[in-house]
Amino acid sequence: MKKVAIIGAGPAGIEAASILANQQVEVLLFEKSLNTLSNMLDKAYLFPDFSPANDLVDKLNKKLLHQQITLFTGTEITDVKKDGKEWKVIDAKGMSYIVSAVLLTSGYSVFDAKRKEELGYGIYNGVITSIDLEKMIKYNQIENSMGDKPKRIVFLQCVGSRDEKSGNNYCSKICCVTAVKQAIEVKKLLPDTDVYIFYMDLRMWGQSFEEMYRESQEKYDVSYVRGRISEAASTFDKKIQIKAEDTLLGVPLKMTTDLLVLMVGMEASCGTKTLAETLHIKGEYGFAKSLNCHLQDNETTQQGLFIAGSCKRPMGINETLADARSASVIIMDYINAMQENDK
Amino acid sequence: MSNYFSPFVLPFLFGVIALIVICLIKYIRWYKQFDRLQKTILLKNIFSLRFLSAIWETVMEALFHRKIFKRNFLLGYMHASIALGWFLLIVVGAIESELALETDKPFWIGIFYRYFIHDPQAFPNAHFFAHLMDFILLIVLSGVILAYVKSVFSRFFGMKKTSKHVVFDRFAKFSLWLIFPLRLISESFTAALYNNGGFLTQGLGDLINYSVADILEIPAWTLYSFALGTFFVAMPFSRYMHIFTEVILIFLRKWGLSENENVSGFTMYELSACSRCGICIDNCPLYKDLKLQGVQSIYFLRDLRYKRPKEEIADNCLMCMRCMAECPVGLDLMTIRRQLRNKKELDTNDNYKYIDNLQSFNSIGRVIYFAGCMSHLTPGIIDAMLTIFDKVDQKYWFMDKDKTICCGRPLMQQGFTIQASELRRKNTQLIKQSGANMLITSCPICYQSFKKEYNLPIQVMHHTEYIHMLIKSGKLKVRKDDLKVVYHDPCELGRACGIYQQPRQILKTISTLLKTKNEKENSLCCGYNLGNTVIEPEQQGEIRNAALGSLIAKNPDVIATACPMCKKAFKRATNCNVKDIAELVKENMIL
Ligand SMILES: Cc1cc2nc3c(=O)[nH]c(=O)nc-3n(C[C@H](O)[C@H](O)[C@H](O)COP(=O)(O)OP(=O)(O)OC[C@H]3O[C@@H](n4cnc5c(N)ncnc54)[C@H](O)[C@@H]3O)c2cc1C
Ligand code: SF4
Repeated sequence: MKKVAIIGAGPAGIEAASILANQQVEVLLFEKSLNTLSNMLDKAYLFPDFSPANDLVDKLNKKLLHQQITLFTGTEITDVKKDGKEWKVIDAKGMSYIVSAVLLTSGYSVFDAKRKEELGYGIYNGVITSIDLEKMIKYNQIENSMGDKPKRIVFLQCVGSRDEKSGNNYCSKICCVTAVKQAIEVKKLLPDTDVYIFYMDLRMWGQSFEEMYRESQEKYDVSYVRGRISEAASTFDKKIQIKAEDTLLGVPLKMTTDLLVLMVGMEASCGTKTLAETLHIKGEYGFAKSLNCHLQDNETTQQGLFIAGSCKRPMGINETLADARSASVIIMDYINAMQENDK
Repeated sequence: MSNYFSPFVLPFLFGVIALIVICLIKYIRWYKQFDRLQKTILLKNIFSLRFLSAIWETVMEALFHRKIFKRNFLLGYMHASIALGWFLLIVVGAIESELALETDKPFWIGIFYRYFIHDPQAFPNAHFFAHLMDFILLIVLSGVILAYVKSVFSRFFGMKKTSKHVVFDRFAKFSLWLIFPLRLISESFTAALYNNGGFLTQGLGDLINYSVADILEIPAWTLYSFALGTFFVAMPFSRYMHIFTEVILIFLRKWGLSENENVSGFTMYELSACSRCGICIDNCPLYKDLKLQGVQSIYFLRDLRYKRPKEEIADNCLMCMRCMAECPVGLDLMTIRRQLRNKKELDTNDNYKYIDNLQSFNSIGRVIYFAGCMSHLTPGIIDAMLTIFDKVDQKYWFMDKDKTICCGRPLMQQGFTIQASELRRKNTQLIKQSGANMLITSCPICYQSFKKEYNLPIQVMHHTEYIHMLIKSGKLKVRKDDLKVVYHDPCELGRACGIYQQPRQILKTISTLLKTKNEKENSLCCGYNLGNTVIEPEQQGEIRNAALGSLIAKNPDVIATACPMCKKAFKRATNCNVKDIAELVKENMIL
């Protein structure tokens, strides 16, 4: 049977590996971190169903216990080359592997909030990102810079997304609902804390997102302000003072808060950017580009090179998993056709 | 009637008279357009000794073209050989006629000397003069040939947009190109007939058949005279008007005149002093990095001179001053650009009613810290400055911490001069009331404004000057890091205010400062200068990347700058550390 290399053991890579393995394909799964699911490890609960992230991590990891799957952790793929009809996948140590097809699932990384210095990340301890907050929720340690329970938390949407100045004009798609999710979780843990969410517009596009949003207001008393925060500063008592404009009321506004949470957007991960570039499938903003967004959304301009998950564009887990499954079907077709030809 | 007259002199005579009359009319009209203040300054200084240094500058710039030489030897040679050479032809020709003739000496005699004076021994050493005149003519001709070559090649630089006014340029240019070859030919014919030439004209004359020379002598001198006449008539309407105007401008400047808020007679002198040499095109980031044409100072001044300025061109300038640093005539290109942005008539003053509620703070014994709007977007800089103040026990009033107004310069840049002066009025009042004795700002834009547009009774410092002073006096102790640092000169601090040394000295004390390709006056703009409201963010990015490329060429550990704007611009686009000098100093303070 033929071999397939999958680059990146996130939800997409693992799901595809397990499906292909069940079809008797030999899978080489490469992950650059020491652990699989590197983007999932510090997540607490998942939207839209508030299921513990650990459950999903465990279930996905269990799928990897399969004879046909060889997992290489701590192995960063730095180059992929066409080698006749086959592909050659090369890791950072110079080891190379010959396979019949390659699936790129190298995923996303989050926007570096330090690039928007006006928001004070990396300067004031009270300014954190959604990733930091996710950890705090997971370990039930929501604290301000002085180690006290925060009396007020302000979320700011669209940090590094929909922002011409940071070079990312697109919407990251998952941060609106992530903020709603995190706001509800904060309220569950700290019912007396005031929670404000500053948004440009709220994009509640997915199943049960709208209900979550309504519940956050009715049941958890989360307040929403339409407006973008322009700058953050520190006050003498180490709180954060923000300046914004309430664009519904048309008035400038100032507020002090214990924590300012920046909802950082999703960008193509460093692996995605470099591999998409070397493989000539670089699309907008460094994400990998499919052949056709309707009918050939897992295929690329290169025969035998496939893509799935958030290395294509921002997406949540269920969409990622569905995409991985669809890629698997296409890869099976490709391998079967190759074997037919060989005969 | 003089003995030394021939009808072919007439075109020349007509040209000279036209030239003088037209120039006088123009210059008097522009003088009338001076505003009252300019006239008072002029009258006050006109009889001072400043004219001595003006004469010196005239010789160095208008004749030798020193600044062009510095930039580009060939271009310098071209300008100097024609200007200085022509000048010498006139002067030496006048001396020659002075020596040769007694009473009947019409003023044109020097120009047509060899035609009228056939005796090669008209006076002692006349031979020497013939050779000298030929030598000078040779130099002028070499310049003309260069000009010809340059014109053929600069077609590719898009320097010649055809338009009805530039017709004068063409007439003037072609006649200028013809004058000296025609003089050579005419003198050679005469030499062929009378053996009165120098090494060049006689050399050529000896090759010419006597009877041919006899027939062609007068036509050649006539053409020469026509070329001169045409040039003189076209000159005041063409770019060659710069020849005289540049000299007058040098004097006006020495007498203390400068541009002011509005287009004035002085502006008219500046416009006509532009020789359209094109040096400003090559260094303009909009051309260099974006290939935008037609917006550079040369075009802008030309359009303005011919009274068809376009608003979008006035707005399409970064105000980075790159061209001003290069301009050999030293024109005040930024102010002229701003004059055309004037949006005074837009009444937005209602927006500024709130400023009257602002309160001053008793700051006797303190300094004022004015971070600047841009620094509020880079809180790291503010944090560093406040830490440094605390460290040296300097009490301060953080004037724009909270409720505050802008220094006014961004409005000024865009032509909202009345609004800007409202802000300046209020800030001045707040600063004076506070009783502080020094103002320190972190933003070069504010710095330039406080320093040049305000008239503050207290000292104004950029934070690099202040920190440099602290380190030098031993008040602030710092250690040397093993970081390799490059320094980016912000336009508004460097080219605009001449602060180059202090930032470098600080960086040398705390790190290893690497040299970069574009330093000081030649520093590249970061592209995010507030001056330009026309170009798109991607285009700003292109300009930024060019500047960034030259900075990171030597793989520094840190790009240091002294402007929040530049810091933000670079930070968006590189993984290299970008820091303000204040932040680096904070990190290297000895506790
Ligand atoms: C703050 C936050 C909260 C979120 N919460 C939720 C939620 O509640 N519910 C939900 O559905 N979604 C959530 N998401 C989205 C979710 O994280 C993504 O949908 C999902 O992780 C995408 O999976 P993926 O496999 O495409 O990519 P990733 O998870 O990014 O996995 C890619 C993997 O590839 C590896 N890799 C990259 N380059 C290389 C290389 N060159 N060689 C080898 N390996 C490489 C990476 O190390 C990584 O492990 C959240 C996202 C954020 C930012
Ligand atoms: S999902 Fe919401 S927060 Fe995220 S980029 Fe889109 S609009 Fe902004």
